[in-house]
Amino acid sequence: MTSLALVIVTTALVNNVVLSQFLGLCSFLGVSKQIKTAASLGGAVIFVITIASGVANLIYTYVLDRLGLDYLQTIVFILVIAGLVQVVEMFLKKQVPAIHKALGIYLPLITTNCAVLGVALNNVTDGFGFFESVFAGFGTAVGYTLAIVLLAGIRERIEGNDIPKPFRGAPIVLLSACLMAIAFYGFGGLSLG
Amino acid sequence: MVMFLSTVIVLAVVGLLMGLLLVFASETFKVEVDPRETAVRECLPGNNCGACGFAGCDAMAAAIVKGEAPVNGCPVGGAPVGDKIAVVMGVVAAPEREKKVAFVKCAGTCDVQKPKCSYVGIESCEAAMTIPGKGIKACTHGCLGYGSCVAACQFDAIHVVDGVAKVDRSKCVACGKCVATCPQHLIEIVPDKAPYAVQCSNKDKGPIVRQVCGAGCIGCGLCARLCEQGAITLTDDVAHIDYSKCIGCGKCAEKCPSKIIRMR
Repeated sequence: MTSLALVIVTTALVNNVVLSQFLGLCSFLGVSKQIKTAASLGGAVIFVITIASGVANLIYTYVLDRLGLDYLQTIVFILVIAGLVQVVEMFLKKQVPAIHKALGIYLPLITTNCAVLGVALNNVTDGFGFFESVFAGFGTAVGYTLAIVLLAGIRERIEGNDIPKPFRGAPIVLLSACLMAIAFYGFGGLSLG
Repeated sequence: MVMFLSTVIVLAVVGLLMGLLLVFASETFKVEVDPRETAVRECLPGNNCGACGFAGCDAMAAAIVKGEAPVNGCPVGGAPVGDKIAVVMGVVAAPEREKKVAFVKCAGTCDVQKPKCSYVGIESCEAAMTIPGKGIKACTHGCLGYGSCVAACQFDAIHVVDGVAKVDRSKCVACGKCVATCPQHLIEIVPDKAPYAVQCSNKDKGPIVRQVCGAGCIGCGLCARLCEQGAITLTDDVAHIDYSKCIGCGKCAEKCPSKIIRMR
């Protein structure tokens, strides 16, 4: 149990998917204008990554590894995750319309998000089992949500500020993200386990 | 060669399986949508402004199909959209709702309002409200002129002209976004055809109003006494017109000593 908690802390904070692994940057910068939309996207990401990392782990363990086809993991994961998100979206639309309404527009957006694929591949590299994979996926997604909501908060703040002209738009956002990354680097000093 | 073949075969099989899964899922989890709902949604403007009272155009379309909302309930589209939806739904549209527009109850333009300080800060009324004395104008009740309402308007219908927000009546759809945004609560939704309006919201007593603004309601109550329809009341030392009673005779505007009841 402690090892699972450790997996979550490590993936969410120490190895934050956005700020120390630089995955999922396009949505991190694109959908972080408002806290509300950022939080909704974060919810969708948590949902998708948690499911996808579990399924990817099953496929790796019982299909690819058994058949000695490890080298196909990247492309197979892409296929499976893309299809899976579509199925999940249809399922939610029919069975849980409330969740679909809240997260629906973000689901197709993250079908091909590199963070989702990155978690699946990292889990294989780290040799995680099924439960560890699911927890790692969940932790990573929580880390992603944390990062994007924090950045959205900063961007809402800087919106009304008098920023020097050359820094307006993308530069100031990248600088803010960079400072956040430095702050998150501090989690590397945690002695865990 | 074996590696090449196995790669192709595995990917083909995985792709085929995912494809079949999607086909199966799209059949199993099909959600029946009333085709009229899609048709109605296409007639609506798609601004998702919420002026109809529903969460957005999709919610409005669903409500119209269910009969919970009138076919001409979209204030943005008005009669043309109402007619189109009426055709889809196969009903005759109810008489058109009276057109309403937003109105800013302040006439404190730059020529009557001398700045008491200079303001360097975030260009929004909410931010300007936080400084002591509320903005740079002498009057603490009036339009701050930093355009929070302009930013809130989805229809480009309100602009700050000469230091005071002004509504473009041809573009305004009375969605009420500016009313909710204005930190001074200066904006009111009024009937478009109402000819006269009180252009002040200063709740101070007459002498103080005179000091801070050349165009302010001094709360004398002359208009309230003159109005034969009983449409004008004086609350918090500001005249207020009840548009359900106002017939637009203009007697109030004629006699108003501060000339603050004006033709719009």
